[in-house]
Formats: sequence, structure tokens, C-alpha cells
Amino acid sequence: MKQPVGQLPRVGAFRSLFQRFAFLALMVTATALLLFGQADTKIAERMRSSVADALSPMFDVLSRPTSFISDVAQSFRNLVGVHAENVTLREENRRLRHWQAAALQLEAENSSLRSLLNFVPGPQASYISARVVAETDGPFVRSVLINAGKRDHVRKGQAVVTGRGVVGRVDEVGLRSARILLLTDINSRIPVIIEPSRTRAILVGNNEQKLRLIYLMGGGPISVGDRIITAEDARAFPPDLPVGVVSSVGESGVQVAPFVDNADLEYVRLIDYGLDGILDLKSETGAPE
Amino acid sequence: MSPAFWSQVDRFARNLLPGALCFALAMLSMVPVRIQGYTEIAPMWTVMGVCYWSIARPDLLRPHMAFAIGVFEDVLVGDPLGINALVLLIVHGLLAVQQRFFFGKPFFVWWWALGLVAAMASLVKWVLFAIVEEVWVMPQMVFVGYVATVALYPALGWVFARVEMALAREG
Repeated sequence: MKQPVGQLPRVGAFRSLFQRFAFLALMVTATALLLFGQADTKIAERMRSSVADALSPMFDVLSRPTSFISDVAQSFRNLVGVHAENVTLREENRRLRHWQAAALQLEAENSSLRSLLNFVPGPQASYISARVVAETDGPFVRSVLINAGKRDHVRKGQAVVTGRGVVGRVDEVGLRSARILLLTDINSRIPVIIEPSRTRAILVGNNEQKLRLIYLMGGGPISVGDRIITAEDARAFPPDLPVGVVSSVGESGVQVAPFVDNADLEYVRLIDYGLDGILDLKSETGAPE
Repeated sequence: MSPAFWSQVDRFARNLLPGALCFALAMLSMVPVRIQGYTEIAPMWTVMGVCYWSIARPDLLRPHMAFAIGVFEDVLVGDPLGINALVLLIVHGLLAVQQRFFFGKPFFVWWWALGLVAAMASLVKWVLFAIVEEVWVMPQMVFVGYVATVALYPALGWVFARVEMALAREG
């Protein structure tokens, strides 16, 4: 049927009005999501976990080529520097033999003192190994996704480490994936101890490679090169895990260079010391009492 | 199945392609790159994608698609829910209405437009993030991401231009 000529501009005007209204409605919806997403974080968490679960096998496949290229490049670098590395390793081996002797002596002394004091040992840790399949870069969020979740006994709050030191902690857990909040994330805060003064502090991320120490307690002198380890305060983290070294001390505060470089993350280990943390996570995750 | 049915399926897939490419960009942006320093310069891939298609084919990348890409990115990346949806809607809203202005203009003008829109997107996201998370991200890091976005746009634009030409040729 032929449409009356007068109706065409009216239909166009109506369509334009509808499109503008739809655009405004979407803007309002996005703003509402932003506001309500903060009010009820559990819904957002559940959405994130479900999407991460669904996409983690795909991320696993997509991340393989970059891992392969990175491994090849690393092998090539190793080949080029093999002589220099050999010299360094021989020197390091000589020093480590010296420290091994000292450590054996201290271990024997430690165990005899423990038996004298009837010392109760801490809980035994269990480990879960997982592969990093995706990462969030940029100035706003620093996190990675791993291919292990609830079915692998991953729990929220578990410490995540590599052979070098602490990487971060488990922030969200899905069935077969989990999100790790890196130490460098702006929302990361962990209790630490500065060796050798045993000064306690909170290590905070700043979305860059360097970390910051705040709320220093103890008042001992702090100098560049001091080692930072985790503290068991608030039962949030297992104690004595290596974190980094003090890289600068100045008026702007104490900065820390972490031992782990996030660009190298491929495999991580999750440590379960059976710690509950400061939050009631059992009720949240549905873990058995 | 009749040829008309397959023709409809083909048209439907074609119409979804710009949006699907932006979803793919959101996913690919999360693949570990393992390059030293990349985490600091991560560009805004979805802003680039939405920017290109909002100028080139706003009929194939509607506001609801920009919104969906934004929410998907929020959920995937772990940003506050709604923040990227709002940013991408603004990008789309600013560019889609200017399609006549961009028609027939060289790519340099498109690049210049991305420079302006990406700057605004960075600023909006930075302010919204500060309001929602109650913490200010260092502005120089946001600026580095912005520069990377502008620098990489021609490469992505070249790929998208090929896709657009293929869509026009076979459409």
C-alpha cells in the first residue's frame, strides 16, 4: 500500500525522537549501573565470575601464542648471555654454599630452642598451581585471571606467589577461574614487616610498578635495600613471604620495588594456610564451617 | 532453506560485524602480552573501535551496541560496572551525529577526531573512577594510555577500513 506523502516526515521525526530517547535511557542505565554496582558489589562480582568462567578456556587458547613467543625470546636471550650467566651463577653458587652452611647451623639451633620452649608450629600450607590466562593492563585496574577456581579449591583471600615472591591475592572466584588482585593495584593493601628493623607497615599499590608503605609502626630506621616480607596481622596473609625491597626513602614516603615483575607472570601458586582474613568469607563463599 | 533465508542470515551477520569486532578487541586487550612496560601504556582498544565505526557506519554500531560493549568490558576487566558503558556511549554520541561532516574526509581528519574524543573519554573515565573508587589515579598514566591510543589508531583504522570496504563491496 502506498504511504501518504505527509506521513513520511512525521515517521522520520518520530524515529529521531525515539533514538534520542533510547540514547538518553542508555546513559541513565549506565549511570545507574555505576551507582548501584557500588552499593551491591556482590552482583557485579557474580557477573564477573560467570563471564570469566565462560571465557577462561578461550583466553587459555588465546594466551598460548604469546607464551610461546615469549618463551622463544627468553631462550634466545639465555643463549646470547650464557657465558656471562655462567660466571654469575658460579659466583652465586659459592655465596649460597656459605649461606647453606649458616642456614643448617641456624636450623639446628632453632629446633633445639623450639624444643626447649615447647613451641607450637604454625599451620601447614597447601598449594594450588595455576596458569595466568588473561591480564588487565592500564592505569585503572591491575589484575590477572587464572585458570583455577572453586573446583580446584581456590578461595577468596588466598595469597598468590611465584618463585620470587608475592604477586597479590585472590579477589574473585568462579567455578574454573579466579581473578587475582595484583600488589600494584590501587586497591591493594597488605600488612608487611620491614626487615631488619621489624617495623610494621601497610603496603599499598599505586597502579604502577613501585609500591608505597603507609602507617609505619615501630619507628626503626629504614634504608634502601631493606627486605619487605608479609606480616600475619589480621590473619589476611601468611607470614614471612618475600614481597620486595625498599627502593627509596624520602620526604614523599618509602617506596618498594616488588620482587615479582608482572610482565613475566605465566604460572602462579596459591597458598592456603587456612587463614580466614578479616572478612567473614566463609558465609560469603559458602565454605563449610 | 530458501536463498532468501540465507541472504537474511548473511545480512544479519554483516550488521553484527562492527560490534563483534569491538567485543573481540575488548577480549584481545586482555591477552597477556609479556612485554616489559606494556602494562603502563595499555591503549583504549574499545574506544578506538567504537570511534571508527561510529564515524564509518553508525547504522551498524547503534548506541545499544556501544553500551553492551562497555558493560562487557567492565565485567571482563574488573572496572566499576557501568564506567566503560558510559564512556563508550559518550564517544558514540559525539561522533555518530557528525557522520555528514566526516563523509569523504581523509583519514587524517578521523585521526584528529579520535584524538579529541579519546582525550574526553580519558578525562571522563578518570573523574568517574575517582568519584566511584574514591582514589585518584595518577594523571600521567592516563595520559600515556591516551598517547598510545592515538598512536595505534592508524594501524587499527587500516584493518577496519579493509573490513568496511569488504562490507560495502559484498553488501
